[in-house]
Amino acid sequence: MAKGMRDIKREIKSKQNTKQITKAMEMVAASRLRKAQEAAQAARPYAEKLKEVVANIAAGTRNVKHPMLENRPIKKTGYLVITSDRGLAGGYNANILRKVTQTIREKHKSTDDYVLFVIGRKGRDYFRRRNMPIVEEVTGLPDAPTFADIKTVAYSAVTKFAEGAYDELYLYYNEFVNAITQVPTDLRLLPLEEVGGNGPVTSYEYEPSPEGVLEVLLPKYAETLIYSAVLDGKASEFGARMTAMGSATKNATKIINQLTLTYNRARQAAITQEISEIVAGANAQS
Amino acid sequence: MSTFLVEIVTPERKVYAETANMVSVTGVEGELGILPNHIPLVTPLRIAPVVIKRDNKVDVVAVNGGFIEVRKDKIVILAESAEISTDINIERAEAAKQRAEQRLAAKQQDHIDFRRAELALQRAMNRLHIKQK
Repeated sequence: MAKGMRDIKREIKSKQNTKQITKAMEMVAASRLRKAQEAAQAARPYAEKLKEVVANIAAGTRNVKHPMLENRPIKKTGYLVITSDRGLAGGYNANILRKVTQTIREKHKSTDDYVLFVIGRKGRDYFRRRNMPIVEEVTGLPDAPTFADIKTVAYSAVTKFAEGAYDELYLYYNEFVNAITQVPTDLRLLPLEEVGGNGPVTSYEYEPSPEGVLEVLLPKYAETLIYSAVLDGKASEFGARMTAMGSATKNATKIINQLTLTYNRARQAAITQEISEIVAGANAQS
Repeated sequence: MSTFLVEIVTPERKVYAETANMVSVTGVEGELGILPNHIPLVTPLRIAPVVIKRDNKVDVVAVNGGFIEVRKDKIVILAESAEISTDINIERAEAAKQRAEQRLAAKQQDHIDFRRAELALQRAMNRLHIKQK
């Protein structure tokens, strides 16, 4: 066997191993994606109900004052960025981080003008390397995060706004469209926009008072929005990983086919040469 | 006997959905017994058991804060977590209670930690209370 052939054979073997791994990762991501989608769906009734009630109060009572509805002159901005803990998810992390960095570069001159909240190890490492101010971080979220898992970061992001540590809060995450498409999205979370109430308005009795109820509801509402963004981000992560691993598997198959072809050619050439050598040898003897 | 629909929803799932005759909850202002055709009402809740009476049965649900929305024919309770009495894990609640008590007993701590431990203790006590009933 010629030396070149052995090299090709080894390469085929190694590509086959890679293919096996990417194939397995694709299938794992696909099954987790389904679960993540279900979780995102299950969280929807809570968020919708909350929104409905907040909208109802906002529509039913005029001139409610609450720090979270107040538009202040913007001196400092908070960003909450949702990334993943693990890589190999195609452009999932790169897209969202690029978007955040771009916005920050355009809007702020110094690192004193903004603060970051980061979910996910990839994002944390990225910002840390660039010496950007991270206030709070959450890493190692499970595949199906519960509300308690992100409660701390959501609570602190919302309270710090109410305390006036920054004057607006943006949420950056990958919005899940379908398994192939995830759109990096920014959302201005705080101050809360006019909550659009177009449904039928029921006039409620509030105990102790509309303001008192709003005081409890608004932080919860903001936290819920963060939670649904995290769930959406998870679904996107698995979608992105599934697509990335799917195309990796496809590429591996293509390379293996090419290599097999080259290998067979080399093998054939070697056999042909051997035959011609034997024939030449026999001819020389006779 | 008139009935209404009672739903308990958390961010993770819908915990409870049944037609019932009466619901009694503990709001921030005090206890409330709600019958069908109650005036529409919204109020935050304390960490306390919610008792739901339907036909001849009584369901008790551990609701950790949140708030209640009452309509004429429907009640929705939104809470960050809630468990039906059969779902409560007594060992976990017991452990949580001890943990919270230890934290409360510890000296030197800031206001927020103290408050958090207090709430954790309330939640644990609420769960144990329901389970032991």
